[in-house]
Amino acid sequence: MKAIGSSEAATHFVRGLWEESPVFRQLLGMCPTLAVTAALQPALTMGVATTFVLVCSNVVVSLMRHLLQGHLRILMFTLTIAAFVTIADLLLQAYLPRMSETLGPYVPLIIVNCIIIGRAEACGSRKGIWVSFTDALGMGIGFTFGLCVLGVIREILADGAIWGYIIMPAGFEKWNVMKLPAGAFLTLGILLGLSNHFFRKK
Amino acid sequence: MNTGNIIGHLAIVFISIALVNNLVLTKFLGICPYIGVSRRIDMAFGMGCAVTFVMTLSAALTWVINNLVLMNPAVNMPYLKYIAFIMVIASMVQLVEMYVRKFFPSLYDSFGIFLPLITTNCAILGSCLFIDLWGYNFLEAIVAGFGGGLGFTLVICMMGGIRENLAWADVPQSLRGAGITLITAAIMTLAFMGFSGMIKG
Repeated sequence: MKAIGSSEAATHFVRGLWEESPVFRQLLGMCPTLAVTAALQPALTMGVATTFVLVCSNVVVSLMRHLLQGHLRILMFTLTIAAFVTIADLLLQAYLPRMSETLGPYVPLIIVNCIIIGRAEACGSRKGIWVSFTDALGMGIGFTFGLCVLGVIREILADGAIWGYIIMPAGFEKWNVMKLPAGAFLTLGILLGLSNHFFRKK
Repeated sequence: MNTGNIIGHLAIVFISIALVNNLVLTKFLGICPYIGVSRRIDMAFGMGCAVTFVMTLSAALTWVINNLVLMNPAVNMPYLKYIAFIMVIASMVQLVEMYVRKFFPSLYDSFGIFLPLITTNCAILGSCLFIDLWGYNFLEAIVAGFGGGLGFTLVICMMGGIRENLAWADVPQSLRGAGITLITAAIMTLAFMGFSGMIKG
């Protein structure tokens, strides 16, 4: 099957990174965004896991797009995504048990992450494999980037550290609230305001 | 174990999931409808009813599937948990929606339209997973499902009331919509932290 043209794939890829960033523009997948970004490490792990599921399921959905009709579509998307999330979860439990502990039940919640079903519906079920792949990759990296920004901010303010390495001076008073849910809501709210402002100025 | 003890214990399960470990404010479940549907109190209440209804039913069903089927030594396939949960939830909501639309049209008018929206919502799947994580028995699971839904309804209606008032306030342009809602949620979470001493141990 001929690729539609590298420019379409490239456009999809780049759009996912910033302009249609799932975290800051589309407000999708907010549940894991707020839950796992208390520090950079879990944020990055969750981002990579989500990207893995996003890319794999988008490609599989694209492969079977000609077979899906009507109501069956959503069911098949969900089944595919659930299967890949199970794989991702088992891999995490096996190779990164501590991270799996920290992320807890939020890994299976990737199944209902609106980004994945949304992209499968909007792109995977309509476009060829290569475009679906790059679209998913772009969205996934954009999502991971958004998670990491939140993770870095919250970890610096809450622990004075990044990835466990202390970087703030000794006299720094830790903002414990940043580790709590309240801090998560606050950080995301302010970041949304900032990104809205930035996009409006353009 | 007498009835008093059981009821007391269930009451603790209920308060724990509705207030202390509120699903929206402490476990980050159901954020999308929380922000999306909370613009008006009547819609918020309808959403809350739908969530409570589905959450109670799915808690019961997924508990049965998980503990009696998947964990059963004869079957022993715990890795199918996520697939089984989401399939059960999705099909059940579909069936319930058809049933309610046919036999209780007035009920359908009040919250039926939200039913498809919450199938793929993290609140439902999340609550089932947490109930599994906390290892509740069947009765506790039903109470937790119901309590989680009521807690969600409480919080989304509160947010609806606040947002109806916020519509008249002078919110900075960039923060309008989701931004100010999240900041309000942050303050609400801080307020709910006051419940954390209610349950000892």
